[in-house]
Amino acid sequence: MTCWPEILEILNGVPHGIALLDDQLRITEMNQVLNVITGYASEEVRGIREDYVLRGNFADQEKVLHEVLANGEMAVVEGDMITANRRKIPVRLTVSPVTIQSVSQPGLLMVVEDISLHRAKGLSADNQVALKDILGFSPRMQEIFELLPVLAHTDATVLVTGETGTGKDLLAEAIHKASKRAAYSFIKVNCGALPENLLESELFGHVRGAFTGAHSDKPGLFRLAQGGTIFLTEIGDLPLPLQVKLLTVLDDREFYPVGSSKKVKVDIRLITGTHRNLKELVDHGKFREDLYFRLNVLRAHLPPLREREGDIRLLRDHFVQLLAGNLGKKIKGFGQEAAEILNHYYYPGNVRELRNIVEYAVNICPGAKIEVAHLPTYIHSVTVKASQSLAETIRPEQQIEERQINGLSPLVLSEQAAAGQPVATSWSEIEKKKILAALSKTGGNRSKASKELGWGRSTLWRKINQYNLA
Amino acid sequence: MKIVIISKAEYVAPRFDLATEVTIYSVISGRTKGEPRTVLLPGPSGDDLCGLILKEDANMIVCGGIEEEHYQYLVWKKIKVVDRVIGKTADVLSLALAGNLQAGAIVRGEVDGGSEK
Repeated sequence: MTCWPEILEILNGVPHGIALLDDQLRITEMNQVLNVITGYASEEVRGIREDYVLRGNFADQEKVLHEVLANGEMAVVEGDMITANRRKIPVRLTVSPVTIQSVSQPGLLMVVEDISLHRAKGLSADNQVALKDILGFSPRMQEIFELLPVLAHTDATVLVTGETGTGKDLLAEAIHKASKRAAYSFIKVNCGALPENLLESELFGHVRGAFTGAHSDKPGLFRLAQGGTIFLTEIGDLPLPLQVKLLTVLDDREFYPVGSSKKVKVDIRLITGTHRNLKELVDHGKFREDLYFRLNVLRAHLPPLREREGDIRLLRDHFVQLLAGNLGKKIKGFGQEAAEILNHYYYPGNVRELRNIVEYAVNICPGAKIEVAHLPTYIHSVTVKASQSLAETIRPEQQIEERQINGLSPLVLSEQAAAGQPVATSWSEIEKKKILAALSKTGGNRSKASKELGWGRSTLWRKINQYNLA
Repeated sequence: MKIVIISKAEYVAPRFDLATEVTIYSVISGRTKGEPRTVLLPGPSGDDLCGLILKEDANMIVCGGIEEEHYQYLVWKKIKVVDRVIGKTADVLSLALAGNLQAGAIVRGEVDGGSEK
């Protein structure tokens, strides 16, 4: 097996050691990085068995290499090797089958990755890298941060639950980044985003001619995630027939692509996420119980933002800094009233909603401080719904009546009602109140009041007439 | 003079710290004296191997990859270490006896992998 100069050029551009082996496990080519590591030039060692050249201690290395040759499945082993300058370095060896078409001879492609830097950083540092995108000082988030190393250390299936916008995707990615699979792909699939047939083909791949329009083989996301992690978000929306197939994959680590009679083996870690209560879905017959137990091996529940004491302030300041920096604006923070409104808002969309609110405000705000007028109008008159999604989430007791309130949390609202205070019931009433408050604050000056409200003077005049406030 | 080759079957072992076998040659006037002695260790250990080499009062050792720590220790004990050698022990010995064996030498005999295992 010989290597074309173009291929060797490509191999030389890779920052890891690479060796091409023939079916007798003899070196046929090495790239420059591996030449440096071993201290031998490719032409010197051509035809010599790889273990004499690489000087590794990989357990059952020969057996693994022969298995890759026989099965055609990629394999990964970790160990150490002695370099030319007598250093023992930890390495990760990734072995894939290759065939040089011109001679139709099977062989192996061996990628030797120096992982001494990863090892030196240790697990805790890896966690810090993985967690840098997740912010939170609240005790509920600290629990999550403490749990992460445990989740990352094992290969067991993890179920991440939490309301929409709480950061399930970020946590899943953090688990992947802190795990030993970090060097491989992290693939995210939204099970609710595709119809059943398309989802099956996307996940498990298909062979050419499996169905109308299948013009070529498609590997599928499970195979693309080989060695890494696949994150199935909105797992509660996975159709029942696919639940059976997923269960088979979890049990046997192999599956049939659509239209294929040949089984495919995969080495992946599965993380699933949902905002739904899977147990309830099981009770209603919409989710397989056996799959639920299989997915629920390890569980991480992300708290809603309203339960993350003190994190609203941290996150809103973080987002202001980030987004203002992106837009080149010099916004320093929030006015007292705007901050107060944000602190007491209910955040049904959690962190995602907070970010969107801050992004809106940063775009609108012309000055150095974000005031109430720069916040989205729905914040002033938020509608809190006893929506299905909330009912399905983790705390059904949090169901609340649908009513319009003036930027207050349900807790404040219920306190207000209990104290016998009138509660605003319509948008026009709220608007009327806002106009009156602005006019009284500015001593009846309509120009100042319109500025206070963030409206034009003519809009204020029109609304005053509309509500008969003149 | 004694030459110790860290071996694995009939080849120089790829790694010093993983070897469990040494072949010891007594050399007089550039020729081996009698049959070589093969010593088997109970398990792989670089430190134990260093101990054995010192006990044997070797003047020269030939090995594959060796860690700096063991290399420096043996050099400090005035033993000549020729490392990163690939080849059959017999061919390597011939070169050593002729005074032509260098570190990193690949002695092309039949080191093609087929016959070793």
